[in-house]
Amino acid sequence: MSLADLLILFGGMGLVTYLPRALPLVYLAHRQLPKWFVEWLGLIPVAILSALVAPILFADPVGRTLELGKPELIVAVPTLLFAVKTRSLGGTVLVGMGLYWLADMVM
Amino acid sequence: MPQNEKNGSCETPVAGEVIRRGAAAAWPICLGYLPIGLAFGVLARQNGLEWWAVGLMSVMVFAGSAQFIAVAMLASGAAAPAIIAATFFVNLRHTLMSSALAVHLSGISRRFLALFAYGVTDESFAVNMSRFRGGNWSPWHALAVNHLSNAAWICASIAGALAGQFVPEGAFGIDYALTGMFICLLVIQVYGMIHVITALVAALISIAWYIALPGASYIVGASIAAATVGYLLKRIWERGA
Repeated sequence: MSLADLLILFGGMGLVTYLPRALPLVYLAHRQLPKWFVEWLGLIPVAILSALVAPILFADPVGRTLELGKPELIVAVPTLLFAVKTRSLGGTVLVGMGLYWLADMVM
Repeated sequence: MPQNEKNGSCETPVAGEVIRRGAAAAWPICLGYLPIGLAFGVLARQNGLEWWAVGLMSVMVFAGSAQFIAVAMLASGAAAPAIIAATFFVNLRHTLMSSALAVHLSGISRRFLALFAYGVTDESFAVNMSRFRGGNWSPWHALAVNHLSNAAWICASIAGALAGQFVPEGAFGIDYALTGMFICLLVIQVYGMIHVITALVAALISIAWYIALPGASYIVGASIAAATVGYLLKRIWERGA
């Protein structure tokens, strides 16, 4: 690809990534939001993170089928307990990586 | 619910304090981005992108999963409009995140918001939301988290393109960094039973949606559905109590 092609591609990708990030902020931060909307938005963080992580733990990414007992899921149990106990993001990342590495060698 | 008590204004921050506390909050994100950025750099290099093009893409786009998809699509010969469309749909979830962040950034200058928006990712969003909730967290601290994470992503992806082939595949469990990060980010968003229920509903819907439909619509779809179910349940309980 030529530099011009790359710039067009990356520019387009950047624009469609930036606008969904910027428009709600710029628009909503200067408005009085109704109470129900603020309460609904308060549930969005848990909902998004759970929606992001659940298929990683419970589904096969190639065939898109339900899969119970993936190493990702087995490692997630102690990782989750560690996160609940410590609430440490860095610690949880390291513990998860260590356990997954271990699981990879054992299984 | 106290929303704007402690972060209402952009008062003059002390740069050193902002960067120090921002870095303390951001280092786990940077740690998680390191393996993913390296992996992305290696993959992009193998598919014909030069190291500087990898860096340019990370600067101009800054969206992990969309960048992986773009490289895979480039390799299969997809044209720019198709890649841009895929990027749009994969990143549409950030609309929800920016909306939720707006609650904590109300009344702040549009120029600041325009700069802030560039760094809104799954990870910086979750870290900043929990810090805002905890109080004593200003927009400047949040901005520091966003841009430190961004710098780590750019550096890691370039490093991956230049030297990634020397990192053995699967070493140190690096493939689990993002999953571990998501698990903890989820845990620190939970403040009560309604959050637990919303998370469980989101997981069930997202798995079913992921299996039933191709693409990435399951993220936004399950999030909106679960937040709505959670909100309605909360209303019913409050009325019953």
